[in-house]
Amino acid sequence: MLKVTIGQYYPADSFIHRLDARMKLLCTMIFVVVIFFIGNFLGYALAALYLVVVIRVSKVPPKFLLRGLRAILFIIVFTAVLNVFFTPGETLVFELGFVRVTQEGLLAAGRMGLRLVMLIIGSSILTLTTTPIQLTDAIESALKPFKKIGVPAHEIAMMMTIALRFIPTLIEEMDKIMKAQMARGADFDTGGIVKKARSLVPLLVPLFISAFRRAEELALAMESRCYRGDVGRTRMKQMKMALRDLGALISLAVFTGGLFILNHIANIHGIW
Amino acid sequence: MSIEIKNLCHYYGKGSTFEKKALDEINLTIEKGDFVGLIGHTGSGKSTLVQHLNALIKPQSGNIIIDGEDINADKSRLKAIRTKVGLVFQYPEHQLFDMTVYKDVAFGPKNAGLSEEEVDERVKTSLEMVGIAPELHQKSPFELSGGQKRRVAIAGVLAMRPEILVLDEPAAGLDPRGRDEILGQVKLMHEKLGITVILVSHSMEDIARLVNRILVINGGKIALTGTPAEIFSKFDELEAIGLSSTQTAYIMRDLQAKGFNLPNNIFTVDEAVATILEVYLHE
Ligand SMILES: Nc1ncnc2c1ncn2[C@@H]1O[C@H](COP(=O)(O)OP(=O)(O)OP(=O)(O)O)[C@@H](O)[C@H]1O
Ligand SMILES: [Mg+2]
Repeated sequence: MLKVTIGQYYPADSFIHRLDARMKLLCTMIFVVVIFFIGNFLGYALAALYLVVVIRVSKVPPKFLLRGLRAILFIIVFTAVLNVFFTPGETLVFELGFVRVTQEGLLAAGRMGLRLVMLIIGSSILTLTTTPIQLTDAIESALKPFKKIGVPAHEIAMMMTIALRFIPTLIEEMDKIMKAQMARGADFDTGGIVKKARSLVPLLVPLFISAFRRAEELALAMESRCYRGDVGRTRMKQMKMALRDLGALISLAVFTGGLFILNHIANIHGIW
Repeated sequence: MSIEIKNLCHYYGKGSTFEKKALDEINLTIEKGDFVGLIGHTGSGKSTLVQHLNALIKPQSGNIIIDGEDINADKSRLKAIRTKVGLVFQYPEHQLFDMTVYKDVAFGPKNAGLSEEEVDERVKTSLEMVGIAPELHQKSPFELSGGQKRRVAIAGVLAMRPEILVLDEPAAGLDPRGRDEILGQVKLMHEKLGITVILVSHSMEDIARLVNRILVINGGKIALTGTPAEIFSKFDELEAIGLSSTQTAYIMRDLQAKGFNLPNNIFTVDEAVATILEVYLHE
C-alpha cells in the first residue's frame, strides 16, 4: 500500500485551523524569511519556543511534524556536512588529512541545520492545518497582484487544486491496476533494469488511459456547469479575515521584534 | 480445495487519522466445489475480503489457509497461489493494456511460463468461453465496447485456469443479455470443471439463481451464512443491514398473505413460474 504525505491535512478544530488561509500563508512566509536572519543560538531558542507554542495551539500531534522531517533528513544532514567542510575559519577543532574542521564551520552547520528544520516544521504546520483547497485559494489571492503583469493567478490555482484533488485518486487507481496485474502473475519487483522497465507497461498504459479519461470527464463536467475561467466568478466559501487573524499577526510581530532585540544583544556581547 | 479464513482483520490507513476497520474477525470455511455468493451493502468489506484470497492484501492479523497451506507463509509460492486463485476485479476492463485482445489475454499464461502452444490454446478457449468472436482477437482492446472489454478482461483471468475463481461484481453495468451470458458461462465452468467459485454481487436475483451457499457481510463482519433458502427467508435480518431478499420472494410472501396456497421456499423467477403453474393448472 502506498502512503501519501503530500500536503497532508490533519483535521482538528483549533485556533490555527480556524485562521484565514491567507493569513497563515503570509505568516509562514514572514516566519521563513525571519528564520534566515537569525544569527545566534539564543535566537534559535526563541524561534523553537515560538514553534512549540504554535504546535501546541494547533493540536497537531508532534509525530506528524516529525514524519515530514524524516523525509528530508538526508538533505538536512547533507547541507550541514557541506557547511562543516566549506566554511572558511580560523579556530581549528581537528584535522584529518585534507579535512579541516573549524569551529566556524561547525557553528555554520548548526545554524543551517536548525534553519532547515524550522523551515520544514513551519511550513508543515501550514499544510497540516489548512485544507489543500483553502491553500490554493490563498495562493490565488497572493498571486492576484501579479495578474497585471500577465500571471494567470486563477488558472494556476485551479490547476493546483485539480492536481491535489487527483493525486490520491491516481494513487488509488495505480494500486488497483497493480493488484489486477499481479493477480495475472505480473511481477514488479524482481529482474534487471530492462525487465523492470518492461514490467511497468501493463501498469502505465491503463494508468494513463484512465488519467486522460478522467481529465476529459472533468473538463466536460466543468463546462456543463458553465465554468469559464476567472471572469465574474464568485466563491461559495468567502474568505474573511477575523480578529483572531490580527491576533496571529501581532504574535508574529512580537516574536520578530523579540528576535531583533536578541540579535542586537548577541551582537554587542559577542554571543554565538 | 477448501478455503479457511481464521480471525482475519484489516484496517485501511492503519495508524493514521483516517484509520478504518474494513474487516473485523472474519472466520469462515469454503468447501471445494462450492459456488458461494458474497453479499453485503456498499462499503461492507467484500472487495477487501476477496483481495485477501490470493494474497494481494496480506492479513494484518489472522490466517488464510487454502488446501492446508497458509498462503502468506512463503513468498516464493505467491505466483503459484495467484495462479490457483483467479481474481476478477470490479471493473476489470480498466486493467487492459496490450496492443491486441489476444496479447492481453495471453499476459497471464505467459507470466506463468507456459509454452507457446499452451498459451495459444488457453487464449482461444477463454475468449470463446466469454463469447468474443475470433475476428476480434487482433483488434485493440480499446476499440471494443464496454461489455466486450469486460469479457476480454475476464478471459484474461480464465486463461490462468484457476482452481478457485473469485469474481467481484462481474456483471455490474452490463446489459441483461451480457450479464446472463457471463454468469451463465461462470455457472457452466463451475459445473464442467468443478472449480470453486466465489461471486460478489449486488443482485439478489443472480445470487439466488446461481449459488449453493451465501455469505452475508456487514460492517466487516460475517453477519449470516447459509443456503439461499435459509438466507433469503430472513427478510427482516437482511433489511436491517441494508439488503433485501429477492423480488420473487417478496411476491411469494405477499401472495401467501393474500391466502394463496404456495410453498415457502421459492426465490427465483423460474421456480416461481413453475410452482405457480403447477399448483394452479393442475387443480
Ligand atoms: N484503498 C482504501 N483506502 C482506504 N479505505 C478503503 C480503501 N478501500 C476500501 N476502503 C474502505 O474500506 C471499507 C470496505 O471497502 P470495500 O471496497 O471492501 O467495500 P465493498 O463491500 O467492496 O463495497 P462495494 O459494494 O461498494 O464495492 C469501506 O468503508 C471503504 O471506505
Ligand atoms: Mg467492492
